[in-house]
Amino acid sequence: MTPPLLAVRDLRVRFATEGGVVKAVDGVSFDVERGRTLGIVGESGSGKSVTNLTLLGLHNPARTTIEGSAILDGTELVGAPERTLRDLRGQRVSMVFQDPLTALSPYFTIGAQIVETYRRHTGVGRREAKARAIEMLDRVGIPQPARRADEYPHQFSGGMRQRAMIAMALVCDPDLLIADEPTTALDVTVQAQILDLLAELQEQLGTAIILVTHDLGVVADVADDVLVMYAGRAVEFGSVTEVLDAPRHPYTRGLLASVPRLSDALDRPLRPVPGSPPSLVAPPPGCAFHPRCAELIEGPEAPCRTVLPLLTRAQADSAGSAHAAACHLEAAPDTAASTDLQGATP
Amino acid sequence: MFRFLVQRLLGAALILFVVFTVTFFLFFAMPDDPARLSCGKTCTPETLALIRHDLGLNESVPMQYWHYLVGVFAGRDFGASHCSAPCLGYSFVNHEPVLDTLLDRFPATLSLALGASVIFLGVGILIGMLAALRRGTWLDKSTMAFSLIGASVTIQFLGVIARYVLVDELRWLPKPEYLPFTGDPGGWMGGLLLPWLTLACVQAAVYARLTRASMIDALGEDHIRTVRAKGLTSRQVYLRHAWRGAITPVVTVYGIELGVLLGGAVVTETTFNIPGIGKLAVNAVANSDLPMITGVVLIAATAMVLANVAVDAVYAVIDPRVRV
Repeated sequence: MTPPLLAVRDLRVRFATEGGVVKAVDGVSFDVERGRTLGIVGESGSGKSVTNLTLLGLHNPARTTIEGSAILDGTELVGAPERTLRDLRGQRVSMVFQDPLTALSPYFTIGAQIVETYRRHTGVGRREAKARAIEMLDRVGIPQPARRADEYPHQFSGGMRQRAMIAMALVCDPDLLIADEPTTALDVTVQAQILDLLAELQEQLGTAIILVTHDLGVVADVADDVLVMYAGRAVEFGSVTEVLDAPRHPYTRGLLASVPRLSDALDRPLRPVPGSPPSLVAPPPGCAFHPRCAELIEGPEAPCRTVLPLLTRAQADSAGSAHAAACHLEAAPDTAASTDLQGATP
Repeated sequence: MFRFLVQRLLGAALILFVVFTVTFFLFFAMPDDPARLSCGKTCTPETLALIRHDLGLNESVPMQYWHYLVGVFAGRDFGASHCSAPCLGYSFVNHEPVLDTLLDRFPATLSLALGASVIFLGVGILIGMLAALRRGTWLDKSTMAFSLIGASVTIQFLGVIARYVLVDELRWLPKPEYLPFTGDPGGWMGGLLLPWLTLACVQAAVYARLTRASMIDALGEDHIRTVRAKGLTSRQVYLRHAWRGAITPVVTVYGIELGVLLGGAVVTETTFNIPGIGKLAVNAVANSDLPMITGVVLIAATAMVLANVAVDAVYAVIDPRVRV
């Protein structure tokens, strides 16, 4: 079996703030296979964006400590010198951000911004880079690409801007595309187009994608595998069908139940996951989700309140499935043989 | 771009008209009688009446206003002499044409303003950028502490001390004076060096702090993160991208500043005895010299308005979103 494109092991990210040390990411492991899409789902502050920014060293290094390991095709990213990371960024790993209006520079034409990326990594001449930029704009479905390349981001519509952003991210034909909430800032009608575009380009180019989102609908549409994060930890991992059809973790079940459906009765109230995300400076003891959990094992000495649950594969599973959850309900006390996948090779 | 400039210039003309009108009527709210001041100690009622007639003060205020306006656009006659358009009248005090006096004084003010601008913009922006890039380091903290001191020192204080130390005692700098550039470029520069440095010292502090703050803002913008995610080096990020966002507030503030400076750096000109618009303004007000006051106000307002048009044009160059 070939090694995965990206193997993240026990990644820990901490920020020093005035209020104390924030454990933004607290031991997360996952793999991204070539040409596949991993959806990372979670609420604001669950650590999903931080995980990806730190992979490329795009955090504020002065106040951040990173531990663990992230190996991209043989190259260790954690602790790698800025030079190494800089050469990877935009070339082997690209990012698409949430709001293309603010993520694109207002001061340069779309074409110039794509050219800048391409020339940075290939060193080709202006003319050739411009031709490549126009080719990419055409590829992401921007009409009259030669003319639009000379326009500024504010002259583009939201959907077109995000297409241009994707063109810029893919101009060097990267192995991995990290899309951080790429459709959140867009009209609902445009969202589907952008997701279709990503899927189509992935098929053509074989790019692996990490799709960070809080929208389970988006995950269902495009992801192959899903990682659910809560309070800086992975609480569930599995293929998209496993996680969405048979969620193992109460938090995942809560997220799924909170999505309104057209088939619901009109007067069915929204069912949010009660409570709000915990403090990452002083997370609750035991399972960080237990104060909001509907299936909490009661009692002051119950493991939910005292023991950090490990990410484990369910006993009933047949071999081969990677579906795992970090919940004491899964690893009942009698199944003592459960192993932590968080930090170990899954 | 052309339409944009025409619009701005028309707006500017309107503003100037309003400023002029307000100044003119404000003058008549002052208690002094310019005719009396002009008349001197041995003043008979006959001479006073004659002066009133010559200065046009025997007419009603609206009539005086009207004559002044006509003078600006078509010229007017004062007794025997004709003052061609644009006529700003004659000084009540020394009876020189106001326009000539203003044109005579303006180069000194312009020299002071532009020379000091080059220094304080250069130094201020450079320090501010460096402080922002090295945020939290000793460089940042020490330059910001110094600039706080710089911004707190007043020109009349700093100027006098600097003159005593650098000119009188150490003799490092030549005596501050104004010599026309056309006659003696070296002397022009030497004479203005101390005034420039004094004025620039106070201003550079302001620009260093402003640049630092706006650069820090600019570095936090989303598109800077994108540029870093593209794999650009820090140098490319700063020199190609971040400064553009940071420079806009600096341009805004400098536009206002330049307008103020061109209207006369009153304190600097007085401290170093430079015959500019600022000194002229102080004297004109002290002497109730209405034509000179309105002249000075008009030139100051013109400078301010033109500086703002220039700022708008610079915005359009920096930021494509402003271009229409």
